[in-house]
Order: sequence, then structure tokens, then C-alpha cells
Amino acid sequence: MAATAPPLLEVRDLKVSFNTEDGLVRAVDGVSFTLGHGEVLGIVGESGSGKSVTMMSVLRLINDPNARFEGEVLYKGRSVMDLPDDRMREVRGGEIAMIFQDPMTSLNPVYKVADQIIEAIVTHQDIGKAAARARAVDLLKQVGIPQADRRADDYPHQFSGGMRQRAMIAMALANDPDILIADEPTTALDVTIQAQILELIARLKDEFQSAVILITHDLGVVAGIADRIGVMYAGRLVEFGGKRDLFYDPQHPYTWGLLGSIPRLDRPKAERLHSIAGTPPSLIDPPAGCRFRPRCPHAFDRCTQEPALEARTDNQRHLDRCWLDVESKRAVRDKTIHGEIAAA
Amino acid sequence: MLVFVLRRLISLVVVLFAITVLTFLIFFATPGVDPTRSLAGRNPTPETVAAVRHQFGLDRSKPAQYVLMMRRLFVSRDLVSYGNQALKVVPAITAAAPVTFSLVIGAAIIWVVMSILTGLLAVVWKGSIWDPLLMILALIGISMPVFWLGEVANLITQDRLHDTFLFSWVPPLGYVRLTEDPWQWFLHLIIPWICLSVLYIGFYARVLRANLLDVANEDFVRTARAKGLSERRVLTRHMLRTSMITFVSLFGLDFAVLVGGGALLTEVVFGLPGVGLLTYRSLVALDLPVIMATVIYGAFFITIANALVDIVYARLDPRIRPA
Repeated sequence: MAATAPPLLEVRDLKVSFNTEDGLVRAVDGVSFTLGHGEVLGIVGESGSGKSVTMMSVLRLINDPNARFEGEVLYKGRSVMDLPDDRMREVRGGEIAMIFQDPMTSLNPVYKVADQIIEAIVTHQDIGKAAARARAVDLLKQVGIPQADRRADDYPHQFSGGMRQRAMIAMALANDPDILIADEPTTALDVTIQAQILELIARLKDEFQSAVILITHDLGVVAGIADRIGVMYAGRLVEFGGKRDLFYDPQHPYTWGLLGSIPRLDRPKAERLHSIAGTPPSLIDPPAGCRFRPRCPHAFDRCTQEPALEARTDNQRHLDRCWLDVESKRAVRDKTIHGEIAAA
Repeated sequence: MLVFVLRRLISLVVVLFAITVLTFLIFFATPGVDPTRSLAGRNPTPETVAAVRHQFGLDRSKPAQYVLMMRRLFVSRDLVSYGNQALKVVPAITAAAPVTFSLVIGAAIIWVVMSILTGLLAVVWKGSIWDPLLMILALIGISMPVFWLGEVANLITQDRLHDTFLFSWVPPLGYVRLTEDPWQWFLHLIIPWICLSVLYIGFYARVLRANLLDVANEDFVRTARAKGLSERRVLTRHMLRTSMITFVSLFGLDFAVLVGGGALLTEVVFGLPGVGLLTYRSLVALDLPVIMATVIYGAFFITIANALVDIVYARLDPRIRPA
């Protein structure tokens, strides 16, 4: 039965490119994934890897006239790309909600917090002003705003960064969305607040029965709450799998680099924090074959050919784009992850 | 909010006081200038000089002179210009003010509505030929001096095409009071309104367009779209509303400058007996009491408008409201 129903969200070979003066920037170049009901998907990658652009494309929030889209985004089996504008607006905020990186600038400074949440509610629900307000205050309570009834009439500048992100989450959940897309929701916040916000998302996704896509550059952020994780590099997914697979049996050297870049307290202190040598490639003229090849210490002849994203281990749900055979990977990866490469 | 308004009004009073003192000092205490001579007009008789001395209290101390002057301006309102056939200064200004108000308020309504419309349309049509076309039109509007535009309008509507069906309705230059005949008031002012507002429509439309495009990249606009709001609502409720903050502060100052006598050129070209025309004539005749009174009048409006702008500003932008 479950196999016949379409997944909640399916992205098929999504390509997003921007025409610029310097040439065609392929920001997203063939990304595919699925998201099930109630699932938490983590998308990890550094700035410019295309993770935000992918998610903005899902909601058709990129209205740059120079942008070109290819591929398919299916929400409950229906193509998002072909939805008429008014139907798309019902999806946005109603069925798929999104929160953004910087809570300091994501709320409109001239309207009260409650009014901004009420606006989200009345846009999608046939509900009176008083009921919408009651719902807004209730949502603010649920996201942990103290004295929500009074603070609801505050303006965003009277809220701290953490509170603003809570308010953003309240606004996103206002219409019980099926999917919550969180684009670097903790990046702009203090470390202690980061943990609280992640906890909040983890708790609320159960209460609201929403699936979550969590975009971050920090593997540590998704380690707690993600079911599956995709690692993006230069516009492509380079590895995709269950959380345990990705942390305990990482297959792609870029993932190793990311894992190695996390400061660890349980290992001897390295001279300096490990980093991945080099910089991400140009998206206008990307290297042929594997995009990570120029920065990869394990690159060999075959890497000039394009590796497909496919299962290369025994686990059919663990996909990666690396030509190295599984045995050699398992043999060499610890050096990268544990930082001996940096010392050498 | 109430405290803010109150505080703003108190500082308004202080500023207004300072302006009267400064204006007084400039006209009556500039070293090396004998105010009697300039006040009494050209070739005064000894009787006039004596009357001036008495009227302005020039034989007394400066503070006493100031108090006397202000009393004559604001309380007894019997300040007389000897250089101009003993014209009573304050009644002259109060008679001229409604003309200026009629002219400026009408033009302001036109320019606010038209510039918001033009700015919004330019943003909506960005990427098409209409956006640059509107902006070029705006630039042409800014580049046409009001006196030239007014004279051309007069040439066409009063002279060349006056006898055609197009402009036969145009009344002769001058002013008709609103209370006397509203329709004639309107007909007399419609062309001056348009001429005066053209510059501001162009300028404000360009400022608003630039502001809207700035705001378009703000995160909260993306949030508004992600909420599922319609483009129209995003544009009016979120983008226009925040862009109005600059618009309003510009408007307050421009409006005040015009009411304070800055519409001088328009008033001269269209023969409207407003404060600008009064200032213009007193400047030409070096009529000191009138100049002083119009300067104070103009400064008053500019400061009052400034205070109003600040209050509206606080309504528009909660961040500058005191907690």
C-alpha cells in the first residue's frame, strides 16, 4: 500500500541556473530526493552549494527573471512547477512553510508580531480576526514566548534574536503545514539558543505532524533530529543516506572533510582545527567529472568522469558520488576525519 | 506615543522661540546697521523716522525691542511697513496664506497620488519597457523648471489654444476664493497645481521606486511571499509601507518649504497673491518688516511640518518610538 502512494515531496533532477554577466551559473545541477510524511531531512553543505536555492525553488520563491528551472518538484504527486499562481500561494505558508536564516531581518519591522502571524492565518483560513488572534497567541505560547498574550503586541525589535526565530516558527506552523523548511534556522543565533530552537523544532514537528527539511552548513545541527541527511557540494548531492550511515559509514571524501571540521572534545587536541583545503569550484565553469576532485586528496584518473549518485555499499538506501571502492574508502577516511591529514 | 508627541511639541515651542530671537537679532542687532533707516523706507520724512523709532522701540534695550516686536507681530498685529504705503504686515500675510495653502495642498495631493502610482507601476513593470519609460518621463518632469512650465502652460492655455474647445474653459490668471466660488477656485488653480506638482511627481516617483527596489531584497519581503500572500499585498502592505518612511520625511520638508513661501515662482507666474508673491515683492522693495514677518512665517511652517513628520514617522516606524 505505502509503495503506491506518492511521497509527500519528491524532487527529480532539479536544475536551477542563473544567467549572469559572467556566464551561466549552475547553482543547482541535478538534485533528486524524496521526503516522507513526518520525516526530518537534513541538507548539509557550505555556502553556495545550492541548498537554499533548491528549497526556494520548491516554493517557487525565486523570482529572478534570469533564473531557469529544469526538472520536477512533485508535492503529493502534483507538479509544483505547473501550479497556477493562486494555487501556489495556497501551498506557500499553507502546506509548505519556510523559516529563514536571519530572524533579525525576516520579520517586518513595522508590524506587531501578532499581526504578522494573524496575516499568515487569515491568508489561508476562513477565520475571524479575534479567533485568529487567539490562535496567534496560542502559537506564541507553544513556541515558548513568555507572557505570550502581552508580548504578542510587541514589535519585532522588542524581541531578542531567539524569540524572533520562535515567532517565525510560530508563524510557519500557523496553518499546520505538511512540510516545514528551515533554512539555517540557528546560524544567526547564540549557541545556547541554537540548541533550544532545534529542540523546539524537534518537539513541534511531532505535535504538528509536519515533515521537516533542515538546511544547514553544520553537521552537528542535523545530528540530533534528522532521519536522513543529504550532503550537497557545488550544486549536487554528493552523498545521501540515513543519519547513522552518514555518520558511521561516510562514503564521500567531502563528507569526511565536513566530519573532520567538527571540533571534538573526545580526541586529543589538534594543533589547529582541520579544514578542507582549497575553495569550492566556480559554478559557471565547474571541473569536469567529480566536482570535488580538485580539493580531494584521494582523487585518481577515473574522477575526471562523472560519478552517478548511486548505492555503492551493501545498503541500498545509502547513495554517494565517489569512484573509490568501498574498501579503500573505509581504510583511508579515518585519517581525514580525525585530522591526521592536516598534520602530515 | 503620547509622551513622544508631547515631548516633540515642547521642543517645537523651544525651536520656534529660538527662530524668532534669531530673526530679530539678524534684522535689529547686526552691528553697523541702523534698523531705523531700513525700516523707514527710502527718503523718509523726519516724522516717519520718529514714528518708526517709537513703533519698534529702537530707543530702548534689545530685549525690550524683541518683546515689543513680538507683541506687534502676534498680539496686537499692527506692525506697519513704512516703505510700502503703511501696509499692515500681519493682515497682509494672513490674507496671502490661504492662497498659498490652496495652491500647495492641491499640488501636494496630486503629487503624492501620482508619484506613488508611478513608483509602484515602475516596480511592477520592472524588466519591461514601461519601467525605464516612466523613469525617463519622471526625469523630464524634474528637469522642467516650474516658471518655464508655467509660462508655457499660460502661453498655450491663455493665448494660442485658448479659443479652441480644449482650453476655452481656462479662466484668466489670478485667484478666486474658495468661499466665494468653489468651482472657479478649482478652475483657477488646476493648471498651477499641475505645473507645481510635475517636478515633485518625477522626483518622488524615482525616490519611491529606488526605495521599493531596495526593500524588495529584504528578508521580510521573502517571508511575506513564503506566507502565501498575493503579490499585490506584498507590494502594498509590506514593501510600500516600509518605503513610505523616506517618502514621508521628504514630503514634510518639501511641503513646508512650499507653504512657507517656496511656491514663489508658481505664484508669480500665475499671478496668485500668496505668501511667495508677497515675499517676492517685499524683497524687490527691500521692505524689511514684511521680509522679517514672512521669514518668521516660513520658518514656523517648516518647524511645525518637521514636528509633524517626526510624529508621523514614529507612527510609521515603531523602532524609533520610545519604549
